[in-house]
Amino acid sequence: MNEPAPSLINALSEAELAAIDAEIAHMPQRSGAAIDALKIVQEHRGWVSDASLAAIADHLHMSAAELDGIATFYNLIFRRPVGRKVILLCNSVSCWMLGSDCLTQQIRDRLQIDFGETSKDGEYTLLPVTCLGACDKAPVMLVGDDLHESVTEDRVRELFDQPGAPNG
Amino acid sequence: MATIRIDQQEYTVRDGDNLLQTCLSLGLDLPYFCWHPAMGSIGACRQCAVLQYQNEEDQRGRLVMGCMTPVSDGAIFSLQGDKAQRFRKTIVESLMLNHPHDCPVCAEGGECHLQDMTVMTGHRDRSYRGRKNTHRNQYLGPLIHHEMNRCITCYRCTRYYRDYAGGTDLAAMAAHDHIYFGRHEDGVLESEFAGNLVEVCPTGVFTDRQLVHQYTRKWDLQSAPSVCTACAVGCNIVVGERYGKVKRVHNRFNAEVNGYFLCDRGRFGAGFVNLESRLEFPALRRPDGRYDALDHHRALEHALRAMEAEKVAAVGSPRASVEANHLLRLLVGNARFYPGWSRGEQGAAIRAMELLRDTEATVPDLAQIETADAVLILGEDVTNTSPRVALSLRQAVRNRARDMAGELRLLPWQDAAIRNLAQDTRNPLHIAAVSNTRLDDVAASHTCLAPPDIARLGAAVLEELLPGEGQHFGDPTVDALAQQIARDLRQAKRPLIIAGAGYGNTTIMEMAAELAAALCHGGCEAMLSLCQGEANSMGLALLTGTGGARVHRLEDMIVQGDIDTLLVLENDVERRCSRRGFKLLRKHVKTLITLDSLDTATTSLSDLVLPTASFAESEGTLVNHAGRAQRYFPAFPPANERRPAWFWLLALAHERGIEATSRLHQFDEITRHCAASIPALAGITEAAPRSQFRAHGLRVPRQTHRYSGRTAMRAALSVHEPKQPQDEETPLAFSMEGSQRDTPGALLPYFWSPGWNSNQSLHRYQKAVGEPLRGGTAGSRLLYRQGHATLERAAMPGAFEPRENQWYLVPRHAIFGSDELSALSPPLRELTHPAWLEITPAAAQALQVIDGDGLIIENERLRGYRLEVRINPSLVAGCAAYSAGHAGTFGLLPGEWVTLQKDPDWQRREPAVIASDRGGVA
Repeated sequence: MNEPAPSLINALSEAELAAIDAEIAHMPQRSGAAIDALKIVQEHRGWVSDASLAAIADHLHMSAAELDGIATFYNLIFRRPVGRKVILLCNSVSCWMLGSDCLTQQIRDRLQIDFGETSKDGEYTLLPVTCLGACDKAPVMLVGDDLHESVTEDRVRELFDQPGAPNG
Repeated sequence: MATIRIDQQEYTVRDGDNLLQTCLSLGLDLPYFCWHPAMGSIGACRQCAVLQYQNEEDQRGRLVMGCMTPVSDGAIFSLQGDKAQRFRKTIVESLMLNHPHDCPVCAEGGECHLQDMTVMTGHRDRSYRGRKNTHRNQYLGPLIHHEMNRCITCYRCTRYYRDYAGGTDLAAMAAHDHIYFGRHEDGVLESEFAGNLVEVCPTGVFTDRQLVHQYTRKWDLQSAPSVCTACAVGCNIVVGERYGKVKRVHNRFNAEVNGYFLCDRGRFGAGFVNLESRLEFPALRRPDGRYDALDHHRALEHALRAMEAEKVAAVGSPRASVEANHLLRLLVGNARFYPGWSRGEQGAAIRAMELLRDTEATVPDLAQIETADAVLILGEDVTNTSPRVALSLRQAVRNRARDMAGELRLLPWQDAAIRNLAQDTRNPLHIAAVSNTRLDDVAASHTCLAPPDIARLGAAVLEELLPGEGQHFGDPTVDALAQQIARDLRQAKRPLIIAGAGYGNTTIMEMAAELAAALCHGGCEAMLSLCQGEANSMGLALLTGTGGARVHRLEDMIVQGDIDTLLVLENDVERRCSRRGFKLLRKHVKTLITLDSLDTATTSLSDLVLPTASFAESEGTLVNHAGRAQRYFPAFPPANERRPAWFWLLALAHERGIEATSRLHQFDEITRHCAASIPALAGITEAAPRSQFRAHGLRVPRQTHRYSGRTAMRAALSVHEPKQPQDEETPLAFSMEGSQRDTPGALLPYFWSPGWNSNQSLHRYQKAVGEPLRGGTAGSRLLYRQGHATLERAAMPGAFEPRENQWYLVPRHAIFGSDELSALSPPLRELTHPAWLEITPAAAQALQVIDGDGLIIENERLRGYRLEVRINPSLVAGCAAYSAGHAGTFGLLPGEWVTLQKDPDWQRREPAVIASDRGGVA
């Protein structure tokens, strides 16, 4: 994650290109690597800007519209800037039964953001998710790359009650 | 055939069709959205649900989608079944959850398929009480208006745009309840066929931008069957008028020509009819250079006086009707009639006509082009010269996909399955051109060669087909390609060779004809198509004939001078001459009389201008590139003193006492006279029924029976409604009375059927869905296979040899801009560019210029040509390509050698400011 920033905004970095080319090598057609390429760029930059999208499309010999169709189809390819960490809070049945609504409210209050918004300090973006595949440990949420199981209000406080956090 | 039962009624229907198209062909109402007769089924919208029963005992039935269910013998269906009806009603309701119900302000209202289907299913009260999604609309260019909120996500737009027309910049974005059909960013839609979205979209997401701004409902349009004048393909169109203005152009189905689709040049190119600069009165030039308006009596007097002079000559036009050209020739006599082509065009047009007339091969209509299984395009940029042909070629290359599907016993309408199966498998399409073309993405090979070398490639392919004198190209790569092309053509059952007048090179066309003849000789059903310049190029060539010495060249005639009175018919001489020639026009001609519907450089020089009616205000016959004579009819009467060109000419001929015209009074009689006196044009009378034709005892009405506001339209001037104009010349009436059911295809002014207000009503006029019109297909073919089958082997043309510091001129056509008439249409004008010259990057470096700089073009004949540089990396070395048909390149001839040098005084334009660059901010 600590890649040096690419020199040109439009261009893809060497590291990104290398990773994308590695994926292309596995595919019968260049465009087959579309999803992987989007993921790679998102990993490096946090999100996929219009300029990045055009650069990827060009590299995969696709039209930007075609690639954007793929990018926007997936909820977790971000086409707008997100915070340093994305909170994916599960709101499907098991988690809801075990109180995800309360957690949602708590996070909203703590970070002063609603679903789809990024905290003022650019640290967190809150998104709902339908299932994280850990229903036996409900309620669950993903913060950045860390899965938090059986989340309680105390755990939320612990996670987000850091110095500088709102209402801290 | 299969016998099926629908709602206790037995029908004998065609096996293998899907149930939806079967029901529509039977005249049963079954609602649908995503299915399209030209694009097949994908079962996306779930709207055409019906009940299918296992057998006689089955009382419950199960829901199946009509468009995905093949009919087979003994099948039992129900459209009326309770469950099916309820299902369809619910589907419409769910598709419309987010629909804004903005019909009163929607340009689709009154001809909206969604409205029709909603009424058909009986859905009335919405139960959804939530918030509707709201989308941001995109700026898609000056032609198409985007209103995404109206979308019902049937996917027809992307299926048409991407799958059918090969566009890449429109896609379905996102998923679930926030699907969005648009570009990745604002901007002009790139496809040359984007305008069809207006008709493909079942609701008002994509609408005609010009119509949106000056809106008239379909039922208030006065329409007439017409023929597009924007190129030589002759697509059938419906011209809709209100308040004396052409409001819009829609597709008019012709099973043999344009089918369901038009190109954007044709759809949006009729705007020139509405130009304020068009004359409404005859104009007489005063000594001070200003013009006086005259009435037509005095105008005719002046014209007659001028024609009493000794040396009278006339210039015809490839954009004027056969009838007008014929009358003009009668008026001045054969020896003094100049067809009106430029020096470069004349030879190409006449040669193309001869080749097509004499070929043993089939001269295909567009529908036949779509059946080709191997295609070779020799030196023609079809997308830019005959755009609609390119769309047909995109279908032709998919024939292999259909064959593959046939082997697996898939049915031709199972679109998704066939595309999945075939992926990128295509029939071979080989293209040889001077630079990249817009069909390269579906081509098996694309070679950039100079025109003489394209002819040599043709000769090398011929050598492979009919080994002879060992005429090889000489370059191993090109010879290998020639072998590949020959193999593909030989293996094909219906190979197609396309060439044309685009590069002004007759050798290429001759080579194409020889290839087609050789393939015919080989026993297959070969086709030969030659693209031509203008709407009536072929008609004029047939009219002129091969006359040899009698056919003078316009420019030579002007330069030699010695003309007292020159009549110019619907032709801008400036476009056909060098600058010098045009300057001499005024000097060498004592009295210049012009008949034109436009205000051109020639009319501005004329002593007398007789304003003619445009194609939308008059009748005439045009012959398309395949030799099909087609008639256009006026949608509205010409304003004030505008008259059809034939009317002016007939009046002059009568006054002049021209014997041949003494018995001609009506338009039909001119057509008949022309057919009788020119054997090659004998078939033009069959192009459409004569003016005496009546349907159910009445003329065919141009107005719908809901036409409204006839009094209100003029209420600002007078509350007295004038008598409707009478039309004595055609079988159509400026009226709501009468019926247009069962009328011949050539006379259908619009498509409408009870319950089907949109253009989807078309199937009610077809023999069966997708099949020819019940009233017969419009037009008559003039070229029948006369097959000389002489396999004369032309000598191998000389190779192209680039010269030091000289460039070989090649015309470069632009879909928007190269055609005189459509380029004047306001929306298309936004998409045209000032004249330019394309050169290779190497040439640019040698000349020390970059994009946007100016170049001076000279040779012993040409002086004072300055054009903007465009660097084209795909252009053949040694060639320079000029924008054909653009002001600034008139008089440049294909195949001329010129020197180029940087223009030191060139003022670079600001970076082109077209609306798209402003991001849609008006």
